[in-house]
Amino acid sequence: MAAAESYPDDLLYNEEHDWARIEGDEALLGITWHAADALGELVHYEPPAVGATISKDESYGEIESVKAVSDLISPLSGEVLEVNDIVVGTPETVNLDPYGNGWLVRIRLSDPSEKDVLLDLADYRKVLDEQ
Amino acid sequence: MEALRRTPLYDAHVAAGARLVPFAGWEMPVQYEGVIPEHKAVRTDAGVFDVSHMGEIEVEGPMARDLLQQLLSNDITKLDVGEAHYTLLTNEEGGIIDDLIAYRTGEHRYLLVVNASNRDADYAWIKEREITGSDVRDVSDDFALLAVQGPDALRKIGIAPGTPFTWEMGTVGGIEVMVNRTGYTGEEGVELACPSEDAPALWDAIVAAGVTPCGLGARDTLRLEVCYPLHGNDIGPGRDAISSGLGWVCALDTDFTGVERLRAVKDAGPEQKLVAFTMTENAIPRGGMAIEGGGEVTSGTLSPMLEVGIGLGYVPAAVAAVGNVLTIDVRGRAKQAAVVKKPIYAREG
Repeated sequence: MAAAESYPDDLLYNEEHDWARIEGDEALLGITWHAADALGELVHYEPPAVGATISKDESYGEIESVKAVSDLISPLSGEVLEVNDIVVGTPETVNLDPYGNGWLVRIRLSDPSEKDVLLDLADYRKVLDEQ
Repeated sequence: MEALRRTPLYDAHVAAGARLVPFAGWEMPVQYEGVIPEHKAVRTDAGVFDVSHMGEIEVEGPMARDLLQQLLSNDITKLDVGEAHYTLLTNEEGGIIDDLIAYRTGEHRYLLVVNASNRDADYAWIKEREITGSDVRDVSDDFALLAVQGPDALRKIGIAPGTPFTWEMGTVGGIEVMVNRTGYTGEEGVELACPSEDAPALWDAIVAAGVTPCGLGARDTLRLEVCYPLHGNDIGPGRDAISSGLGWVCALDTDFTGVERLRAVKDAGPEQKLVAFTMTENAIPRGGMAIEGGGEVTSGTLSPMLEVGIGLGYVPAAVAAVGNVLTIDVRGRAKQAAVVKKPIYAREG
């Protein structure tokens, strides 16, 4: 069963329904409950390579359901330190636990000031309300 | 934009929590609980699909059979009352205007069940060619159509097993229905036609019997596992029926539209063939992806039963044999697949 709808208030978001959890000069990235629900049960995660550089507002990978493919749009720029192999092996983990075990990559931030333009929960809820 | 049409079961879909999407001009359920559980319900138990968006064209009169023999690829003179077959509406080039099921419903009456997206074009094509002694009518709005499919489907709705591609009148949940022994899933099952006003009660009776509501998402993955082509994706007016792998429904000894072209393709051998494949690398093929060497994927998904990427696509005839390795361009990444025997999925034993 998929998780119940939720949006933690300690994360930052972008309008493409990706989230970031910043811890020092690193961040975990993932997709929100809304994105996972819209795609349906996820069956494939195409991650970036460890060591790759990813850029804010650009695709860093893909996630797929039976019916559809979605680009992962990074909320922040940096170097990929780790890919979540649990999701590579069992993509449905994202549906079950989008903000916990369903994280997608861990990165080292190249420009921590980028976080200033991301959405907090109140702003992200406005994005959701417009859809 | 024209408003989307709704089937008589629209309210039932909303009540069941369906996710509704536009499809061929209709607002249709793509899923309820999810594509994968619905798919597995049909493979292991029973599922019901609202396919009332499909078109129905009735052809009646002493010359109905002659008209259809000229327009459809299969030999309609072989159908007795109570029988049905899969057939193609072809153009002068042997291309496929539509694929459909023709039912003989009376001595001089036939019912054609056609794809929703082609209903208007099919009707116009056949109506234009109407001959004296044949009356062609679009009766789509009179009928609702529910597909009930799966190994436990017939038992659950109280229909005795029967011969595929036949039809008879029957009763489900107290409602009189035309019981068609046809389907698009590869499982045992029926497609039930009833007057539109009876559809909500019929749907409720079927769901109450423990049959899982299924959307168009599962319908697509089910048909792809068993390699039934989807018109508009895998087959269409721009590709001849022989190359499309549908020579088996073309009676080349009869005289139908485009038959000369199809005889020529058969004699020369098609340049390309529609093949089934499974991915041998971790990737999901999708329609429109290029296959190295001049081919193209026409349908692709992840098989819920096999848990690998599967698809259909056209490749040069020289590389169409089972076992051949294909290289597919998955959004810039070269991923390998192998041509496999159809169907891709078959129940063990």
